[in-house]
Amino acid sequence: MEVDRADGRTPNQRRPVVCTRGILHRAHGSASWAQGDTKVIAAVYGPKSGTRKNENPEKACIEVIWKPKTGQSGKPEREYEMVMKKTLQSICLLNVHPNTTTSIIIQVVNDDGALLPCAINAACAALVDAGTPLKHLAVAVCCCMSENGQILLDPSKIEEQKVKAFVYLVFPNSIASVLPEGSLRPGGEVTELGILTSVTHGVMAVDDYFSCLKLGRPAAAELSDFLRNSLKLKAGSDPSKAG
Amino acid sequence: MGGSANGATDLSSEMEVDAFRRLFPLRFHERHLLESVRPDARSLGKARETSLALGAVASADGSALAKIGCTTMLAAIKMEVMTPAKETPDEGCVAIDFHMPPICSPIVRPGRPAEAAPVVSKQLSDTIISSGMIDLKELSLVSGKAAWMAYLDIYCLDADGSLFDAALLAAAAAFSHLQIPVVSLNDDGRIVVVSKEKEGEKPKNKPVNEEKRKLKLRSIPFALTCILHKNYILADPTAEEESIMETLITIVLDSSCQLVSLYKPGGPALAYESVVQDCIALSRQRVKELQKILNEAILDMEVD
Repeated sequence: MEVDRADGRTPNQRRPVVCTRGILHRAHGSASWAQGDTKVIAAVYGPKSGTRKNENPEKACIEVIWKPKTGQSGKPEREYEMVMKKTLQSICLLNVHPNTTTSIIIQVVNDDGALLPCAINAACAALVDAGTPLKHLAVAVCCCMSENGQILLDPSKIEEQKVKAFVYLVFPNSIASVLPEGSLRPGGEVTELGILTSVTHGVMAVDDYFSCLKLGRPAAAELSDFLRNSLKLKAGSDPSKAG
Repeated sequence: MGGSANGATDLSSEMEVDAFRRLFPLRFHERHLLESVRPDARSLGKARETSLALGAVASADGSALAKIGCTTMLAAIKMEVMTPAKETPDEGCVAIDFHMPPICSPIVRPGRPAEAAPVVSKQLSDTIISSGMIDLKELSLVSGKAAWMAYLDIYCLDADGSLFDAALLAAAAAFSHLQIPVVSLNDDGRIVVVSKEKEGEKPKNKPVNEEKRKLKLRSIPFALTCILHKNYILADPTAEEESIMETLITIVLDSSCQLVSLYKPGGPALAYESVVQDCIALSRQRVKELQKILNEAILDMEVD
């Protein structure tokens, strides 16, 4: 199929991803994550003692602070914070450090589309860098539906504004990390990854959503392989690159 | 769960129901789920009783009071004339705000805004604007000079779960009740509202819009929140259920069953494709119910 994406990518081609860990000196864990021109820095501080009000003190509390590139944080930032907090809460082992708070600070460096997925990936890398106990990783991707019904992966800012709907999807990382040989079920079927987080914008047919899921899954699997490889490298070593 | 849950098995026969509910809330709910029933005697896929009253605030241009079970939302729209933005000279504007005053829930404290309020507020404006329910061109008065600004404020009076569903219902109902006031151009070329008392006599200046009119609403969005817990799907959870079983998924479909939003912010349970399909099927039923409730409320209003 012929598409005209401004940067000459095919519909299901992601932008190059760059992940660097341990970039901040004072943070307990930090990472920067760039997808094309979208770049986010995440820092993790904690666990600090005590939880915030209205939080369960029998569990660890996760706090996300979102700093936009310019200006003050408003409602969109509050929403991002809430989505990230709930997503990260579900991948962290909250029983290990009860009555503590871990703060994750997200600083947007540049927004060129797929900002929230980029921030989730950055936060995930930063949590690993800080050594926070995690159940598994989370990988986030963005798919969008163009006017002519085509699904594009990892849109840029201009594409995001042009398309009629887009979907942010977060999956747990592929099971291959736990069972190197057993990523296939006994039946030979690839294990279906459930959705950890889904945020959509714009009107689309229900079937289109499932098409996005279909396209998002392999992309998330690729990203999770990249994330795993880049996390194997020690902090401070050369930044890894992948296409 | 774990050890405490096993302990509960032994105790459950001797303990009072209320004490059991407080000490082992998860276990209490799971016992109900095993019997395919919920503590308030609903079946798992059934939403609470829903009612809608239009015109609850007399001084507003459009208003509605929506109740889903105990969750109560009051929505009111105030129309003001503004100068449209340069990029969109013939479009009006809608500003949506969602408030959670301390009256609505014990977790909201005065002085400190509730965490959920700005998030619901953002979700509401995203949903209402992206659903295309309102044609912003209809809010235009004089291209490039004047257009309507619709301030929609939604107050949560009682927060008993599924806040977004109730807020969206109240918002949609307020817009269907909205009557755009009559305005006219005065001698200075300014837009003035023609007041009610003068309506009888012939106004000096020709009104810009002849009479009070209603907005034409296209494809109204309706929401259903479900809890995912183990293999169960619980439609329209109460606040108690939301606090115990944490995975929520909110699906917004419009009247033609197009997907407007599928919102699942994390949570311990993962949504597999079959589960999402089941939730969408539940939402489809719910859209029909809510559509009927809204139509009835509009009919009641017209009769009065």
